[in-house]
Amino acid sequence: MVEKIQSLLPQEPPRRPRRIGGIVLQIALIVVITGLAYGAILNVAQNLARAHIASGFGFWSNTAGFDISQTLISYSASTSSFGRAFWVGLLNTLVVAAIGIVLATVLGFIIGIARLSRNWLVARLAGGYVELIRNVPLLLQLLFWYNAVLKALPELRGSVGLPGGGILNNRGLFLPRPESSPHFSAVLIALFAGIAAALVLRDWSRRRRERTGTQIRILWPVLGLVCGLPLAAFALAGFPLSFSAPQMGRFNVSGGIEILPEFAALVLALTIYTAAFIAEVVRAGVLSVHAGQTEAAQALGLRFAAALHLVVVPQAMRVIIPPLTSQYLNLIKNSSLAVAIGYPDLVQVFAGSVLNITGQAVEVIAITMTVYLTISLFTSLLINLYARATAIVER
Amino acid sequence: MRPAGDSQVCQNSLALTRPPILKGLIMKRLAPAIALATVAVFGPQATWAQTLGSIKDRGELICGANGTLAGFGLPDPQGNWTGFDVDFCRAIAAAIFNDPTKVKFVPLTSKDRFTALQSGEVDVLSRNTSWTLSRDTSLGLDFTAVNYYDGQGFMVHKSLKVSSALELNDAAVCVQQGTTSELNLTDYFRTNHMGLKTVTFVTADEALKAYESGRCDSYTTDSSGLYGERLQLAEPSQHIVLPEIISKEPLSPAVRHGDNQWSDIVRWTHFAMIDAEELGVTRANVDEKVKSNDPETRRLLGSEGQFGEALGLTNDWAYRIIKHIGNYGESFERNVGQGSPLKIVRGLNALWTKGGLQYGPPIR
Repeated sequence: MVEKIQSLLPQEPPRRPRRIGGIVLQIALIVVITGLAYGAILNVAQNLARAHIASGFGFWSNTAGFDISQTLISYSASTSSFGRAFWVGLLNTLVVAAIGIVLATVLGFIIGIARLSRNWLVARLAGGYVELIRNVPLLLQLLFWYNAVLKALPELRGSVGLPGGGILNNRGLFLPRPESSPHFSAVLIALFAGIAAALVLRDWSRRRRERTGTQIRILWPVLGLVCGLPLAAFALAGFPLSFSAPQMGRFNVSGGIEILPEFAALVLALTIYTAAFIAEVVRAGVLSVHAGQTEAAQALGLRFAAALHLVVVPQAMRVIIPPLTSQYLNLIKNSSLAVAIGYPDLVQVFAGSVLNITGQAVEVIAITMTVYLTISLFTSLLINLYARATAIVER
Repeated sequence: MRPAGDSQVCQNSLALTRPPILKGLIMKRLAPAIALATVAVFGPQATWAQTLGSIKDRGELICGANGTLAGFGLPDPQGNWTGFDVDFCRAIAAAIFNDPTKVKFVPLTSKDRFTALQSGEVDVLSRNTSWTLSRDTSLGLDFTAVNYYDGQGFMVHKSLKVSSALELNDAAVCVQQGTTSELNLTDYFRTNHMGLKTVTFVTADEALKAYESGRCDSYTTDSSGLYGERLQLAEPSQHIVLPEIISKEPLSPAVRHGDNQWSDIVRWTHFAMIDAEELGVTRANVDEKVKSNDPETRRLLGSEGQFGEALGLTNDWAYRIIKHIGNYGESFERNVGQGSPLKIVRGLNALWTKGGLQYGPPIR
């Protein structure tokens, strides 16, 4: 009888041999993979040497000799190295990706919420946007924005003057560059102090609400602290900010902040395209929260905005974040379509000009792939950390 | 849209534990795959020794060409490739197969061209490519012989009222990526202490389109290309090519380093066309010239000596080239010279006997 019962109980598997077997197998697998990778690298190196193709990373510090149209760090064709050109290209990729992610997220949330609107027209417009944008290839959209929209802007001689001294033509948008005098730091200090004070105020009001149950409206004091304080400092310091307006030259506009049409087209296309997908992610997230949750929140006396903010959004975010990560990664990788319109991103500068001048395809492509992998993994990591921090703790 | 975080999916499949029997099975299944991968990685090693043999086995020459440059390499509306660089590949095919149509043309951008040659995708690169030291040494290539002496120039819109490249201070210039033009441009503006805004594109078409739409003040490339590309603009007469030639661009076909027999064939195809022009052998009179008493002509056309066999071809190799393609001058005038819309003058590309640089070593 006892034996019968024992045989029915879940049996502990014989653990030790299995674990050792597993470790041995895994070590063997690692050895085989490492060996294959090493062999592949060795073989490539031998073949390159046999075909008299230069290899190695010695080119990194050689003078680049070509010009780049947008450089966020100092770069000169005559003195900078290929390595410097790499960093210029990488920063150009990162700036497009960062701006694209922020704008696509904002636009995507607006469209996604709009599609759930009870207003028939708003919901249909948002639905039409999603269906139209999602079903046209990104490359076509990019070429549309670059060739059909931005190149149709007036030529240099017919430039449009913008209020405040800006200039717009088919060479780009040229904005006045702010030039700060030394006293400007007072404004920054006031800004940070204002933000810190606003945070303290918010904390205090929350604790008071939790203690007493009454709510104080703190919108105006917060605005006063964050905006009013720096403005007051700005006035007191004697308006320590001037703008240097861009000037029309014989051929080009000089001075000011220059926004290239290639940059604008890429940001526009990436933002509009990715926003359509993000809108669907957001819609799915919001719909995943059971209607009973909203009803319960309203039954407790929460206003619509508070119910959305305190009950619906935190639950929806759980559903939204994982696919949102995929969309961010897609946007980063899609930014390499810059090649099609001549925006100097990493692929255009490094896997384009540098590869061609040095002829070292294996090294350059390997580096480029590693960089995209690193950026993508890092983005995933950040979002996973955020997801963990905001996860709902089951009680 | 992907459903959820990919990383999670990966972890799950890795963490999956399998019964021991299955593991053994998987190892047995994997063994041939591993062996295959090992052979694939360690086994075949690139050798480029038998280019001629593989072309003959294949039955056609594969030629890397420019697909977008009028006069040099461009398929016509019927899909037939035409141009000066295209003729050169047809001449090689004529020498090997006695048939100039046995060529497959692969259109290459300036960015892809060297990789295509290095990897063996094409047998010869005949695509207005400048011969430079670094390309000759570190790319694993051999340039055979300069078949077009070119130099870089600038094109501007007439309305700019610019008459010299030295007036282009602070101009925006559109240029094609991965070319010597890209580098010369920077050098020229730097040497002359002028400001420059470069806008770089992968293909010449994109760069030209951007120039035409007013994105740049000037478009720069080899001057031969400027004449050809000006014809593609909506109003060619509204654009002028500036007089300055800012660089030396010796355009030459290229082959992979290490197959000397093949580079000899490509090199002597060019020389045969030059020598034929010098000796007055043309497509029209080649059949008479075969019977000529002139020893140089007899050696060229294979009536005397074993020169073709020394190259690994037949002795009538040069006769075939002239019969099907014509001599250097004929190909030049037909594609880019007075017989073409480009109307480029011979200039540096005239024979050495007429004050140019084209000079063919003797066939003997």
